[in-house]
Amino acid sequence: MNIAQLVAASVVAAANSPESTAAGVSFQEFIIQASYLAASVLFILGLKGLTNPAKARQGMQLAAIGMLVAVLGTLLHHDIITYGWIAAGMILGAVIGAAISIWMPMTAVPQRTAISHAFGALAATMVGIAHFHEPDHPPGSVEMTALGFEVLFGSLTITGSFMAFGKLQGFIPSQPITYKGQNASNISLFALAFLLFIFLIFNPDPAVTPSTSVVFYLMAVIGLAVGVLIVLPIGGADMPVVISLLNSYAGLASSATGFALQNNVLIIAGALDGASGFLLSILMSKAMNRSFTNVLFGAFGGGEGPAGAAVSTEGLTVHSISVDDAALQLAYARLVIVVPGYGMAVAQAQHQVRELAELIEKRGGEVKYAIHPVAGRMPGHMNVLLAEANVPYDRLYDMEDINHEFGRADVALIIGANDVVNPAARNDRSSPIFGMPILNADQAQRIIVLKRSMNPGFSGIENELFYNSKTSLLFGDAKSSLTQLVGAVKNA
Amino acid sequence: MTAFLQMYVFVLAGFVGYQVITRVPPLLHTPLMSATNAISGISLVGSIVIAGKGGDHMVSTILGFVAVTAAMINVVGGFMITDRMLKMFKRQEPKK
Repeated sequence: MNIAQLVAASVVAAANSPESTAAGVSFQEFIIQASYLAASVLFILGLKGLTNPAKARQGMQLAAIGMLVAVLGTLLHHDIITYGWIAAGMILGAVIGAAISIWMPMTAVPQRTAISHAFGALAATMVGIAHFHEPDHPPGSVEMTALGFEVLFGSLTITGSFMAFGKLQGFIPSQPITYKGQNASNISLFALAFLLFIFLIFNPDPAVTPSTSVVFYLMAVIGLAVGVLIVLPIGGADMPVVISLLNSYAGLASSATGFALQNNVLIIAGALDGASGFLLSILMSKAMNRSFTNVLFGAFGGGEGPAGAAVSTEGLTVHSISVDDAALQLAYARLVIVVPGYGMAVAQAQHQVRELAELIEKRGGEVKYAIHPVAGRMPGHMNVLLAEANVPYDRLYDMEDINHEFGRADVALIIGANDVVNPAARNDRSSPIFGMPILNADQAQRIIVLKRSMNPGFSGIENELFYNSKTSLLFGDAKSSLTQLVGAVKNA
Repeated sequence: MTAFLQMYVFVLAGFVGYQVITRVPPLLHTPLMSATNAISGISLVGSIVIAGKGGDHMVSTILGFVAVTAAMINVVGGFMITDRMLKMFKRQEPKK
């Protein structure tokens, strides 16, 4: 039903596109529009495939065919005179894209995703600038609105995504970088870009208003600056929200390109991307019990004073445990729930986790994985890592589906996770993470925490779970601890 | 009027996207992101037209070339990586 409406709308819009008014629709134009229509439908079917893990690959193949059809159709466009630069760009892009996707380790998925948003936004911005620089006809206000969105969203997404990439890759410190007056200066800079945008809408034609050119490029430069500044204060744990938000912006920039070029398949694909990123940002924010504005302007753990120091852990002691004792508990457990976090990704310990799980299963125990929506650095990060290590996906449980099972778990094994199991989210009103939904790891009979050291996690918030009398800590690198555990369980 | 029809397309597509994507399980959120990223590489079609203008449109041609390259990285990389990830998601083999 929805798809039918959409198709109807596309056809109407296609029939009204300016090329068709002069001498009816040429055969060429008909083929191009038909290929775009086919691509739009195939894209939606492709995304629909992702609702079912068993059909997802087929679905994405449909989407890839859609892309091929749209590109082939476009090559017939009557404005195209030379194919040299097109071929060069396509070959270069294909080689780079293929090289990244073949050789990139799965642990680098968040970085790759972040930088891909920068590429998408770069394409949209370049097209926008080309369109402004050498217009086919003097731009009007409506067209300038589209161009302005394209270039403003595009430019801030380019640098914002690059910053996110840098933080994830580690060449920019992942701690929030904050300074006095940061929010005020960011907001005024963004407001300035917005004012320039308004000016452009009312003075769209550089031939009439010479300053329009200057204002246009100034807006693009401010967009680039805003992208850098807005990601500076964002720390690693907030990355899932930021990556989703940038995903949405990259989509909106593509959509704006479609508006400017009067190209419906661009509008549709951009809208799909924008909707997806928007939805994921909402889900991630909810999973952290924070609003967008709070993520963007609330620089977790920096600048705002010691709000996180509310839980006093002074005088409390932690119980450390030896590998052999931990192995014994795991070996005789009937149900073990593994709670993976970013620490598992950093240590690249997912293969050892799977090995340990297989041993426990061989001894008759059951192993389930509890995945918090914001565990890791992007939506679904833990799922991909565990799938890479050959953990069957029916063992991976979302928070709502597993939380009631912790009560009957003999052991909750926490690997490099912290905030997502912090009971302060439930019962400490003064905690910065109060209200965030958490995994009920504290309800398990025993809790074993694999941890590097007692340094509080990224957010700087103490975790009282670690001081719980049921909790034992196994200090050390997650990977080597797990390797030792595997050895010890074998002998148990 | 064209702008209005474009808004129709945008709003309806966004709506369809929202409805479909709501039903994507969190399990596949990472592949979803790389998939939508590949799909939005469709800005390739806009870039192609600009890179092929030829003649005295040298600035457009260069900008178009950069845009084609960037979009193509997303299209090829996006679809390939999504497939690589989806291939890894397996159900448990039935117990013997």
